[in-house]
Amino acid sequence: MKHIQTVIIGAGQAGLAMSKCLSERSVAHVVIERGEIANSWATERWDSLKLLTPNWQSRLPGHCYTGTDPDGYMSMPEINDYLRDYAHAIAAPVEDRTNVNCVTVEGFGYRVSTDCGDWICDHVIFANGACGQAYVPALAEELPQHLTQLTPQSYKSPDQIPHGGVLVVGASASGTQIAAKLLASGHDVMLSAGAHIRVPRSHRGRDIQWWMDRTGVLDTHISEVDDPLRARKVPSLQLVGDANLPFLDLNLLQDRGATVTGRLVGLQNGVAQFSGSLANHCVLSDLKMRRLLGSFDVWAEAQGLEGLPAAQNHGPTVVPTHPPLLLDLAKGRIKTVIWATGYRPDFSFARLPIFDQKGALRHKDGVVGPGLYVLGLPFQIRRKSALIDGVGQDAEDMANHLVRHQRTKAA
Amino acid sequence: MTIQTEIKASNGVNTEALMGAREAFAQAPEAAAFTFRSTCSWVTGTQSRNDINGFFGLGQEHTRHENFTISSDHPTVFAAADTAPTPPEIVLSALASCLTGGVASVAQHRGIQLNSVKAHVAGDVDVRGILGMDPDIRNGFGSVRVRFEIDADASEDDIRALVAQSQKRSAVFDLLTNPTNVHVDLA
Repeated sequence: MKHIQTVIIGAGQAGLAMSKCLSERSVAHVVIERGEIANSWATERWDSLKLLTPNWQSRLPGHCYTGTDPDGYMSMPEINDYLRDYAHAIAAPVEDRTNVNCVTVEGFGYRVSTDCGDWICDHVIFANGACGQAYVPALAEELPQHLTQLTPQSYKSPDQIPHGGVLVVGASASGTQIAAKLLASGHDVMLSAGAHIRVPRSHRGRDIQWWMDRTGVLDTHISEVDDPLRARKVPSLQLVGDANLPFLDLNLLQDRGATVTGRLVGLQNGVAQFSGSLANHCVLSDLKMRRLLGSFDVWAEAQGLEGLPAAQNHGPTVVPTHPPLLLDLAKGRIKTVIWATGYRPDFSFARLPIFDQKGALRHKDGVVGPGLYVLGLPFQIRRKSALIDGVGQDAEDMANHLVRHQRTKAA
Repeated sequence: MTIQTEIKASNGVNTEALMGAREAFAQAPEAAAFTFRSTCSWVTGTQSRNDINGFFGLGQEHTRHENFTISSDHPTVFAAADTAPTPPEIVLSALASCLTGGVASVAQHRGIQLNSVKAHVAGDVDVRGILGMDPDIRNGFGSVRVRFEIDADASEDDIRALVAQSQKRSAVFDLLTNPTNVHVDLA
């Protein structure tokens, strides 16, 4: 059993950023990592994935991209190297290959029990990521046995997919990317789309993320939004880290041969039922896109930015006239279902009264309880909280809070 | 960037009360469980009458000051008395009312003054389904179309957004677009 001021769980961008911020404040800490640094990026993503944000947008406390392609998008091996370099540069005290079994209350602090012994500490930071588990809806259990079921964590490449059709459920970044990849390798793809957000990769000659960053959209604080609960559940943008693909939207996927239909809402006797609300979701998505791009243009005008090419009119999402409402999964074309239905963080190691009635972690801007913090959740403090580029600012806030809390306790 | 909109619109919707209800239900989710009811009596032929009054909600039974009735029948082309709209037409009208009320509520919340709203609803039915002539033809609507005519003090995209948001939050739109378990039993 060892004593230390602070235990950080997870050595990804959030844990490492926090480590840097604590080192700067002379707070003794250890970073516990179940695998190796950047484990999720290395082991729980598909092979062709590239970051959705350009290389320049990977700023961490005291670290930034210095390579030759600031506008490129990092592959998984590249983000791995980038985070390893960061860990090395900041001399992060990482204890790798160490599993956290549970976190419990111990005196006025906490006990973090691992398979390599226990730590007693004043503070714990959950930095193990917003995407700990791929979320799969309950009806997945009732699917016919012969179907192969995958999630974005178990899907690696089209080679893995059995011969036959694939139903991809979910049309955000993961679902649309996987659908495009499967179509390119000749698979018959049906895509079930609920709420989604269509955006172009670039607008008026600049990457969409450049606009999001410069206009301050990503800096929006959670206290500025009408409905924080909804803001934290906004799906990921339909983006892929590929500058040559202007859109990864439902139009592109339909052009490439996908059948698009509404949200999967039920399953009866092996027959999947889809919502008839696809048209409205497409309208909402087009409206949101136009509003976002329009706000960028207003900003550019106000800034007096010159030399930008004119804005393109992207036209509406083309909705199929009769999207299928029923699909027999017991027999017929579909052999594989891929659940691209979002992710949930995994804090199941915490034996503490910190969850709400739906099992979600309760926190106020990342402060879970006395000496207990979380980092890296969507819109936790700012819209960019879950981005590599955003977690640093949250880590600074948390570190300041932690130091203040420590003083209050001493006094 | 925060934009404070001064709400000047007057569409006759008390959105403050609705927002208050949201906060109350967040504290006491059990109060949000409502049960709506209708009692239907056969009159004669295909004619029937629904009496609607009480409902359950906010943890208790509610009685209105007035009884409402909705009658239904079939048209003369089906050799019926045609004393009232058909049940599918009542469903269409329910959808139109639900979306129209939604447009008004969303407009109020967004500070948009409505001058007039009209919803035209149409539903296509192949009646060979209900006559049991072809198992591949469904009984219900093959498709439903709604066309809104809205005059409001807002841009076209803002008006489109009202219509889209009203669908997103509509009970009847949800009922028509998503499956529902229905249990029918003898008393």
